[in-house]
Amino acid sequence: MNIDLSSGLFYFLAAVMLFSALGIIYCRNLVHSALFMALCFISVAGLYAMINADFLAAVQIMIYAGTVVILIVLGIMITRRTTMERTSMPEKKYIFRASVLAGILFFLMSYIFITAGTLPTLNTVTLPDDTVSALAELLLDRYMLAFEIAAVLLLAAMIGAVVLAKGADEK
Amino acid sequence: MEYFALTNAWLIPLMPAIAFVLIGLFFKRWSALSACIAVFASAVSFILAIFAAIAVIGSGISVDAPFVGHVIWAEAAGLHFEMGMLIDPLSVMMLFVVSLVSLLVQIYSIGYMRGDKSFGRFFAYISLFSASMLGLNISANFLQMYIFWELVGLCSYLLIGFYYQRIAAREAAKKAFITTRIGDFGLLIGILLLQTVFGTVDFLELRQLLPSYIASYGTGTLTIIGILLFIGPIGKSGQFPLHVWLPDAMEGPAPVSALIHAATMVVAGVYLVARAYFLFASVPALLEFIAWLGAFTAFFGASIAISQREIKRILAYSTISQLGYMMLALGVGSLTASLFHLFTHAFFKALLFLCAGAVMHAMNDEADIFKMGGLRKKIPIVFITMTIGVLAISGVPPFAGFFSKDEILSAALSVNTPIYIIAVITAFMTAFYMARLLFVVFFGEKTNMRLHHISCFMQIPLVLLAVLSLVSGLGGYIYDFGYWIRFGAPQPEHMDISIAVLSAVLPLLAFILAWNIYVRKKWSADCIAARMGVLYTISFHKYYIDEFYAVLCRFFIDGIGRVMYFIDIYIIGGIINVISGLVLFSSTLLGKIQTGQTQRYAAAFLCGVIILLLCGILYFNKISGITAGGGVL
Amino acid sequence: MIIGITHFLIISAALFCIGLYGILIKRNLFSILMCIELMLNAVNINLAAFNYFLPMPDLSGQVMILFSVAVAAAEVAVGLALIFRVYRDFRTVNIDKLNSMKG
Repeated sequence: MNIDLSSGLFYFLAAVMLFSALGIIYCRNLVHSALFMALCFISVAGLYAMINADFLAAVQIMIYAGTVVILIVLGIMITRRTTMERTSMPEKKYIFRASVLAGILFFLMSYIFITAGTLPTLNTVTLPDDTVSALAELLLDRYMLAFEIAAVLLLAAMIGAVVLAKGADEK
Repeated sequence: MEYFALTNAWLIPLMPAIAFVLIGLFFKRWSALSACIAVFASAVSFILAIFAAIAVIGSGISVDAPFVGHVIWAEAAGLHFEMGMLIDPLSVMMLFVVSLVSLLVQIYSIGYMRGDKSFGRFFAYISLFSASMLGLNISANFLQMYIFWELVGLCSYLLIGFYYQRIAAREAAKKAFITTRIGDFGLLIGILLLQTVFGTVDFLELRQLLPSYIASYGTGTLTIIGILLFIGPIGKSGQFPLHVWLPDAMEGPAPVSALIHAATMVVAGVYLVARAYFLFASVPALLEFIAWLGAFTAFFGASIAISQREIKRILAYSTISQLGYMMLALGVGSLTASLFHLFTHAFFKALLFLCAGAVMHAMNDEADIFKMGGLRKKIPIVFITMTIGVLAISGVPPFAGFFSKDEILSAALSVNTPIYIIAVITAFMTAFYMARLLFVVFFGEKTNMRLHHISCFMQIPLVLLAVLSLVSGLGGYIYDFGYWIRFGAPQPEHMDISIAVLSAVLPLLAFILAWNIYVRKKWSADCIAARMGVLYTISFHKYYIDEFYAVLCRFFIDGIGRVMYFIDIYIIGGIINVISGLVLFSSTLLGKIQTGQTQRYAAAFLCGVIILLLCGILYFNKISGITAGGGVL
Repeated sequence: MIIGITHFLIISAALFCIGLYGILIKRNLFSILMCIELMLNAVNINLAAFNYFLPMPDLSGQVMILFSVAVAAAEVAVGLALIFRVYRDFRTVNIDKLNSMKG
């Protein structure tokens, strides 16, 4: 645990993250939701940076806050022809049930996390500071096979997406 | 050779069986070849039967000391079945009769069936029949006999329905099969009871066991067994309540009627009773029942035959009547008389049927005797042979029927006078309707029809059978039939003069009567029929037995059917409907859950996760309580 | 109070539950897709926190996050393609209307 890390920063980032997450849900406009999502992802990236995962923070911002959000916004734009207002808002009748369920789940998990009090809070092993080269070594050595498979997966997803979306604008 | 034929008597039924397989499987297409095979096989089995008969006479085998051969057939815990052959004068006599008549009928069939599409099939069936009938004759136990009994029933079914294109033939075949089945069922139960009570179904073993059984248990169970066993012969031999199939069986070709429904298969019932006579004879009440039933059937058949118009139907009812005679003879205790009559009857009735077949063949399948007439000059050989047959069945001396009938009458007179009187009346009626048949067909106005040629294949068996009808009675009398085939001590053949005179005079009277009515037309037949009124109607409609059965069937079967229908629809169907309704109801309930909304499913999934988490927490707390703290994470 | 692993776990649980809540109440396919992304991020936070706070010799946890991100990217691509497809076939992105499989 980095002593220098101020707990204030953590609480701030967590608050931003949760607030923007709620914003995704409660925004009337879908584009606003997407923007809130970008904010949420950036705050997550901040959290990553706090715990010695700077490369991941960069990845988070580039892939999530950049690509994914932009993709989703594009998608929203393409299907904008129907009115989004009616469908974008949460349905009143489901709110109670869903909030009860989600709340129970949250409290159960919190209960587990808090009662499991014997968690070690200090990393006794010092992690390398140069996370980029350490990650690279791991990826291309121990996780070589998984890395390749991930590449194949991305290729397959790309092809699948093309096949599925093909003709979305035709017709 | 004789000894070989005796010890290998199983070859006799095997020959036609081989012929059946060969024809049925391979040579059905080639008519000439299949006929040759069938006739050759029958000839071989006939020769073997003759040798077996010579051996039996020569080696002193009698009904008390038969020749027996056994093969173990099936053995299971507590059950022991054998296939065997029982050769004594009785079975040898049957072998002789069956193989001879079968051979002659097959020769006759070559001419009769010529040009038929199913020529090969016919010979295959006939061979199968011969095989099963001969097998029945040498059976050493009830079970084996039952098997062959059913086989001959099957052949009868197949051959009655030979012209299966005709609806009447199909119906007749079904009727024959079902009616005899009723009888066979009784027989089967009887056999099973025998097995249960005595532990064996072997004829000889039963004969040995029986006296001690009666001494210790009486005859109660035995009566039941006897009645059940006798139901089989009632069905097979066309006795009174189950006779209905026999007249209808005439739908089959004429040779079939001659072989199966006159000479051989229908006497299987008589043969069965004769075989098991030790059992029937030990229960006097049973014998009396058989006697009365036989007497009634004899009279009954004759009274119907008087009024029938179709040539083969007349003969069929005559057969019923004659079978009744044989049963009567058994009932009054004379096995000898009964089987003597069986012996002679086989020849003259086969002759009569073959003649009838020849007449119908010549008349282009015309069956109504009143549409025939004056055939005497046109087909003289049939006329002569048929006359011999009629004389034989009427009991005119010295023809075959005279001796056998005389013996039956004297046996009846010595035991039961009412039955004797019935038998005499029946004899008179028999002579009358046979004379009617003969006179109407061969005398009277001539028909101008062009007659078919009757080939020598048909003529030779007629002549041979006519000769046999002439001599078989006399031969049996001279060579002491009763010494060989008997029950108990041998009785020498004797002749009661008064009965002999009576049975010689009666047919002559009947002939004169028939001559006056049907040839000289002194008295009009229609007039007499009208005078007789109700009696004639009843007789013509065969006592309405068929109609009665139809009503019975309709009442019972339709009634039961209606009850079953009700049960099926409202009870079974109801249960099924309730079950299916429950399934439907619960499925609609479950279907309500299946909204097709993914989020609902997700919510349900979440509920499951929460429940699992709760369980996990509770379980974890319990574990940590036991191990006194300590986390897992 | 020192920020420990528990804090990270709790906020990730909160993010996860918010994503779940969003999935349950939203009717727009885009919103649902976004909420799924939230849940994936919550999981990623957990991984990063475990890698940092638990005694780990290397950065395997972060590698897992990388893979997770790759899968998430694929998921977004396919998910968007599916949404387009659905939109083309049904002219709607409201999943309540997509019930032609209902029994």
